[in-house]
Amino acid sequence: MTSFIARQLGFAYGLHDARFEFPRNGLITITGPNGAGKSTLLGILAGLRSPYHGSCTFGGKEVRHWPKREFARKVAFLPQSVRMEFPFTVEEVVLMGRTPYASGWFQTAEDRSAAEEAMTTTDTLTFRGRDFRTLSGGEAQRVILASALTQRPEALLLDEPATHLDLRHQLSLYRLLVELAKSLLVVAVTHDLNLALRFSDRVMVLEDGRVAADGLPAEVLNPALIARVFEVQATVHARWLTYEA
Amino acid sequence: MKRSVLSSAALLVIVVIVAPLLGSSHIELGRAFAGRSPDHEIFFYARLPRVILALLGGAALSVTGVLFQCMLRDPLAEPYTLGVSSGASVGAVIAICLGWRATGLASLVGAALVLLIVLGMAVEGRRLSSFTLLLTGVTMNSMAFAVILFLHNLASFSQSFAISRWLMGGLDAVEYSTLAGLAVVVVAASALVMAYAPHWNLLAVGDDWAASRGVSTVRLTALGYIAGSVLTGLVTSLTGPIGFVGLIVPHALRLKLGADHRALLPCAFLLGGAFLVACDTLSRTVIAPTEIPVGVLTALCGGPFFLWLLKSRRRSLWL
Repeated sequence: MTSFIARQLGFAYGLHDARFEFPRNGLITITGPNGAGKSTLLGILAGLRSPYHGSCTFGGKEVRHWPKREFARKVAFLPQSVRMEFPFTVEEVVLMGRTPYASGWFQTAEDRSAAEEAMTTTDTLTFRGRDFRTLSGGEAQRVILASALTQRPEALLLDEPATHLDLRHQLSLYRLLVELAKSLLVVAVTHDLNLALRFSDRVMVLEDGRVAADGLPAEVLNPALIARVFEVQATVHARWLTYEA
Repeated sequence: MKRSVLSSAALLVIVVIVAPLLGSSHIELGRAFAGRSPDHEIFFYARLPRVILALLGGAALSVTGVLFQCMLRDPLAEPYTLGVSSGASVGAVIAICLGWRATGLASLVGAALVLLIVLGMAVEGRRLSSFTLLLTGVTMNSMAFAVILFLHNLASFSQSFAISRWLMGGLDAVEYSTLAGLAVVVVAASALVMAYAPHWNLLAVGDDWAASRGVSTVRLTALGYIAGSVLTGLVTSLTGPIGFVGLIVPHALRLKLGADHRALLPCAFLLGGAFLVACDTLSRTVIAPTEIPVGVLTALCGGPFFLWLLKSRRRSLWL
């Protein structure tokens, strides 16, 4: 069973001739140097970058042809960070994820129970009433994740979700993603090869807008590929990597 | 949320009933409704139309302020940021300089022209960039200001006085037929904007944030810009630019109510209306029979109130 299928997928700048098939569940990480096309690819999958060249389907239907509202019930996207200008509470931010299901002005009991569930999963219930702008980076990231989960998606796309987190929160976030990936597809862009190696089921490495490697983490992330793509000398120690410039 | 909307509505009703009774000459409601002169004329022809104009103007400017701050994600945005009112001012100033009597019509044409230019600049293919909207609007403002300065420089003494008065903004009694037309547009445009309140919440966070949750951001931004510009352009053509209302009412409400547009927009309509009616009543009565320009009063009354609010709600400060 597949979810996303890409053929000769390209974008004006930043992505050429990508082809891959993603399963219905599992954690896939996308990595690569700056400007390799990671965010562009994620944006295409999220339905936010069009028109793209070639083909990219989700559930057998071209991403750009999906009705936006319907697509948002299947695929949720988490931006790298959210710069909030207005005093929304945590709960309001989480409930925004219910928009693709909303039929009117007011939230339903189902919306509230979905929000409750997502906040429980992400351990954010305790500060549901707080102004989002007063949260720490780790708390904010979890709230954004909760908001995406209320969309009840089949695929979750995350753009560098661990970038603003300290080490402990990086690990707990990825553990949560692994947990979620048992029942849905999780695609995360990351710069941290160790997180990719340790937690993902599959790694896709991009280089200059092309897929340089795609497969099992332990096979893909080998010193030769890392030297070629990232231009650093890597040493593998059992389940982790060290690098030197 | 329902409670804040209802109490705002109650406050507006009280202000609208009390305001026409206050003024330089004392009148009684009973005599006015009984058709006794001069109470009847003062109430129905001098004060009530002006109160209604203030109500509609304050409502329209506040709703637009909320909308533009949200769309542009800019706390300093106000109804005049995107250039439409400058267009209205240029239209009016040209009319004054050429001795046309239809100042209102000329300013309406000016506002419409700017609306079309800004929209034409900001639409790129099937995209609409709120960043380009902002830059184009600000540029149009500067250009309009230059044109006004130039014309002011050429104008005669009496024209120059008329121009200054127009640019100060002010409320005068207008025909009921004009008010009816204004009311229809203001209520319809505000209702249309409010219908999308849940979507404004998402747009206030970000374009991608909204789009990835199924909102058509381009259509929504276009709707917001056009609705806000029609509201501002129409009101400005009748009152001239009245500052501060569209900036401060939205901020004050956000400090009290939070950021949810489902509460913010209806309350901005009701309390924006009440605020401008109250300011206008003061402007007619404080040093009666001389009037203070209402724009001076909106800033003088609203400013200190807002500073107090800011001080007392420091923790939720969002500037």
